[in-house]
Amino acid sequence: MDLSNIYSNPILLLVILASLLGFGVMAVLIKNLLKAAIALAATSAMLAVVMFFLGAPIAAVFELSVCAGLITVIFISAISLIKPKSPEEIKSETKGKINKFIFLPILLAITGAILWIFLGIDLTTVSTNAPQAFDFAALKNVIWDTRQLDIVGQIIIILTGVVGVVVLFKGSKSK
Amino acid sequence: MTALFIITIILMFITGFYCLIFSRNLIRLLIALEVLTKGVTLLLIYAGFANGDMATAQSFVITLIVIEVVIMVAAAGIVIGVFRHTGSLDVRNIRNLKG
Repeated sequence: MDLSNIYSNPILLLVILASLLGFGVMAVLIKNLLKAAIALAATSAMLAVVMFFLGAPIAAVFELSVCAGLITVIFISAISLIKPKSPEEIKSETKGKINKFIFLPILLAITGAILWIFLGIDLTTVSTNAPQAFDFAALKNVIWDTRQLDIVGQIIIILTGVVGVVVLFKGSKSK
Repeated sequence: MTALFIITIILMFITGFYCLIFSRNLIRLLIALEVLTKGVTLLLIYAGFANGDMATAQSFVITLIVIEVVIMVAAAGIVIGVFRHTGSLDVRNIRNLKG
């Protein structure tokens, strides 16, 4: 099995994309917020795998470290700072009501099946489209030369985030 | 194999929008927003792969991730503020705007 080119193995590609979608759906469906945050981290990790296979290693590293790491930490700290409802409270509130999220897997299955038939997917054909070799000089050129102004904007946004972190943890200290 | 990516992206969008529409928990709304952003990230990366211009796609994904983190930090701060103010995470409790 050639793992360097995901396009030579459509079944592997299908498994990776299905697990990416599966973890995403799990993050939405799981009632426990902590487990949902962990499912979201798994989604990010699977997305990083896809990025790596498509020939974007720098973006994959960012995705894995920032989205799967930092955002999960933010979610878990936010969940620990609030008091989630107990299972008994959730049960008493949702008693007699139809859980709307039951329809999500059905909707996804129907849409997926329609698209699968409409787009005519054939897993036996092997695509010859392979990822290009990673060109660091081109990425450096785009980030530091073509999108110079955007970098300034990003720095301002990061500073905004720092202020956000200060606000987030200031209140918990005073309590 | 483009079709597989298109299907995954569309289904991720549906998942995110469904949760955004039907969920009333603020943390879960943030998770839905994250799932939507994952779909956009996959779309950007696949567009770069299909066009053969991965450098531009990667630089945009890096920008997207930076902005995503800042949005999540700010939104988590707001959610904690709302919880301290109203005592719950239900969006229906913050419908009333009072000066």
